[in-house]
Amino acid sequence: MSDLTNRKPETGAFFARDREWHAPAFTPGYKTSVLRSPQRALLSLDGTISEITGPVFGHSMIGELDNDLIHNFAKPGESAIGERIVVHGRVLDERGRPVAGALVEFWQANAGGRYRHKKETYLAAIDPNFGGCGRCITDEHGQYAFRTVRPGAYPWPNGVNDWRPAHIHFSIFGHGFAQRLITQMYFEGDPMIWKCPIVGTIPDKRAIEQLIAPLDWGNTIPMDARAYKFDIVLRGRRSTMFENRMEGN
Amino acid sequence: MVQELGYLKETPSQTAGPYVHIGLTPNFCDINGVYEADLGTAMVNDKTLGERITVTGRVFDGAGAFVRDAVLEIWQADSAGLYNSPSEMRGTADPNFTGWGRCATRAEDGVFTFETVKPGQVPFKDGRKMAPHITVWIVARGINIGLHTRMYFPEETEANAADPLLLRIEHRERVATMIASREGSTYTFDIRLQGDGETVFLDI
Repeated sequence: MSDLTNRKPETGAFFARDREWHAPAFTPGYKTSVLRSPQRALLSLDGTISEITGPVFGHSMIGELDNDLIHNFAKPGESAIGERIVVHGRVLDERGRPVAGALVEFWQANAGGRYRHKKETYLAAIDPNFGGCGRCITDEHGQYAFRTVRPGAYPWPNGVNDWRPAHIHFSIFGHGFAQRLITQMYFEGDPMIWKCPIVGTIPDKRAIEQLIAPLDWGNTIPMDARAYKFDIVLRGRRSTMFENRMEGN
Repeated sequence: MVQELGYLKETPSQTAGPYVHIGLTPNFCDINGVYEADLGTAMVNDKTLGERITVTGRVFDGAGAFVRDAVLEIWQADSAGLYNSPSEMRGTADPNFTGWGRCATRAEDGVFTFETVKPGQVPFKDGRKMAPHITVWIVARGINIGLHTRMYFPEETEANAADPLLLRIEHRERVATMIASREGSTYTFDIRLQGDGETVFLDI
């Protein structure tokens, strides 16, 4: 299962999450959070082996087009409509170390802001050649990359006239179950970012800026696709150097 | 001035949103042909060791309505109490058991289901044994950061009474929110996000 057998596995507990940096659970500007936020305090506990460990996903499970949303749902010879972009970056941990072998999954609306989902009723058209999902596994430097079309802005029933900025959802699986993270990537310069109640759940402007991918002109492919760079940081791990461990632990 | 610590900040979480299925369980929402199968649907095969169990349940919001658009992931030890992970240093886990599952709640009735095996006991940091448990992570529209909890087993009365995590729960009546109910080989674990009977969620 593991592609990382030459790497010494780490067994330290993860740094405590900075829950002032993340959004709180109850954020009434984002209406659905009102009834879906716990009211009792979380029970805090230093990570045990149940959270320090996690499964490994092999590169072998990834299909050839899994990271090419322009083609992975398209009919042969056709492709998705929209602004062609490459999104790439690194998955690091808080210590700045690359997270190799991380499973990165992503999903998004099409160029018109329409999701391919049966619950979705927005009147913008479905693109018959666009599914909207992709995945890849980071290499030994923590790098990932995928090709897609830039998603459109999307209206949603929250406030009377709320629109999501263009965004791509990311799900990241690092090396431990406690690192599990789902987030959203936004695009540099989009004025919708600062109007969005979901973005606004995050209290600190610097944390929001961590979700905004800059245009990466250097990696833009002439006559093909512009590039955006989006680095992702997962929780770091404590060194086990000084931890007292009982026999058999 | 002292040296800079130089640590990075964790990427902030955002909600998985109502269309999380497109990314995590595309076949479940009829996006077929991109991936052969949705990840995490098969935890066991014919050769998996241990007692076969079904874990099922629903997720309820603060008004008592079931959540139709959640995705749950579970992570657990094999029947011998070993994790199928490179960070498992105590031995080699059952190669026919992934230990990891992912399941969306059904839109019509909110039910999630995992076919798995009953986990063995694993040690707490100080060497005490934790009672058999399954680690659960929940994301959905309206949940800004994934919620962690654990499912424990009702027949493990003694082990549960000695479990280091359950012992930390100050309001003792809340311990019951982490213990499934059992009928034969099926365990039902309902999760209440808010209000009466609110499930204990973890910062771990």
